[in-house]
Amino acid sequence: VRKYAALGLAVFLVLLEVVPRLGLVPRDYLPPLSRILVALAGEVRQGSFWVALGDTARTWAIGLAIALAAGVVLGLVIGAVPILRALTSSTIEFLRPIPSVALIPLAVLLYGNSITATLLLVVYASFWQVLVQVLHGVADIDPIASDTARSYRLSGWARVRHLMWPTALPYVVTGIRLATTVALILTITGELIIGTPGLGKEIATAQTSGAVPAMYALVLVTGVLGVLVNLGTRSFERLALAWHPSVRGEVPA
Amino acid sequence: VIRRIVVPLALPVVLVASWWFVSAGSTDFYRPPLQSILSAFVNTWFGDRITHDVLPSLARLVVGYLVALVLGVAFGVAIGRSRRLRAATEPALEFLRAIPPPVLVPILILFAGIGDLMKVLVIVSGCLWPILLNTVEGVRAVDEVLTDTCRTYHIGGWRRLAHLTLRAASPQIATGARQALSIGIILMVISEMFAAQSGLGFTVIQFQRGFQIPEMWSGVLLLGLLGVALSLAFRLVERRVLGWYHGLRAADREW
Repeated sequence: VRKYAALGLAVFLVLLEVVPRLGLVPRDYLPPLSRILVALAGEVRQGSFWVALGDTARTWAIGLAIALAAGVVLGLVIGAVPILRALTSSTIEFLRPIPSVALIPLAVLLYGNSITATLLLVVYASFWQVLVQVLHGVADIDPIASDTARSYRLSGWARVRHLMWPTALPYVVTGIRLATTVALILTITGELIIGTPGLGKEIATAQTSGAVPAMYALVLVTGVLGVLVNLGTRSFERLALAWHPSVRGEVPA
Repeated sequence: VIRRIVVPLALPVVLVASWWFVSAGSTDFYRPPLQSILSAFVNTWFGDRITHDVLPSLARLVVGYLVALVLGVAFGVAIGRSRRLRAATEPALEFLRAIPPPVLVPILILFAGIGDLMKVLVIVSGCLWPILLNTVEGVRAVDEVLTDTCRTYHIGGWRRLAHLTLRAASPQIATGARQALSIGIILMVISEMFAAQSGLGFTVIQFQRGFQIPEMWSGVLLLGLLGVALSLAFRLVERRVLGWYHGLRAADREW
């Protein structure tokens, strides 16, 4: 299987190089991979690239942290109190599908092109992912375990710690995985459209100034970021759920 | 009866009402009263703009989404069926999927200008991956006993595809299609915000640049309502198409 993966990757890379060189697509629009890599090497040597990368990473991290904290806490509270759950479910169902980009004009109006504008988008979009997962998780509590906890007169906090949290954790982790991806997408979108500093803004600048290879180089970087984020959350998932049967089962005995 | 009707409606009513009353006397330029937003909503969107901006936007979304659905399912079935093809395409697919779809907008502008074609292509290229990857997973997980049964009965070709592969994968395909729909709406708006002469996203941004604040709020409201309406429509379609599946799951749970 490894062999095929390497072969497939090689074919993909060769295609990216050969297709523009053969003139199947205009070279001005899709430069060969080697030229993109040269442009990437040029970018990497510039300080501004690293500043932009740092800005993107910071916006992403802050937005994600706020969304996670708010989503988990609110999710546990709403999930734990049945009446709150009944009251809020219709509102949540309604607010969740509102596309986050609808908020772009509002964000620009209220915060200009500062980092706060993009943060608003990132937090809004990733918050729902976490919240909904946490709610599902709390709803999944085993009734027998719940009754047992009651029989043993577990205190409020102990119930949260030993009953709700372990049950909800797999869902929380799924929520985190979804939210990290969404947060990255929205961070770069905000930079691209609103113009807050970061990789997205660099892409927009490269596009308007006609620096096509540099633009592709930056897009490549965002793709690599995305892959890294995916890999990171996947290993985090395995780490956080090492005790869970679904993960334990994967380890060959 | 009270519980089923009053409880779900209580919070939304309270929220809207408090928005209405808190903002009623608002003189803040950026946060106009809800009343003026609503009257702007009627004036702005129930006129030319429906045919000029709203419907073309939706048409592009529908075309792009359907093309992505067809391509995604077709390639997904092809890739999901062959273990070798799956291994060979996995690294490239992982990478393409990880690229945030909005950065494709500047690239596709190079190829297709800023016309309808670009926007449809953006939507297709963003919606494709969730559908494709979920179809691959769904096809891969087809029940082996059913596969063997098909082989034993010499069911092949189209009949096998329609009755076994697609049917077994359809819950997964629906999951992918649901993710793709929300990505599609986002991309529809973004591609118009980035470069366009018409469309919903373009109009809303124009309002914002021109400081037509109530109109802009009404546009945000409309985009939100569209998102909600499309997700409701999707759920209706899904419930019809996958009715057998949900019934099966419910029956499983009864046990």
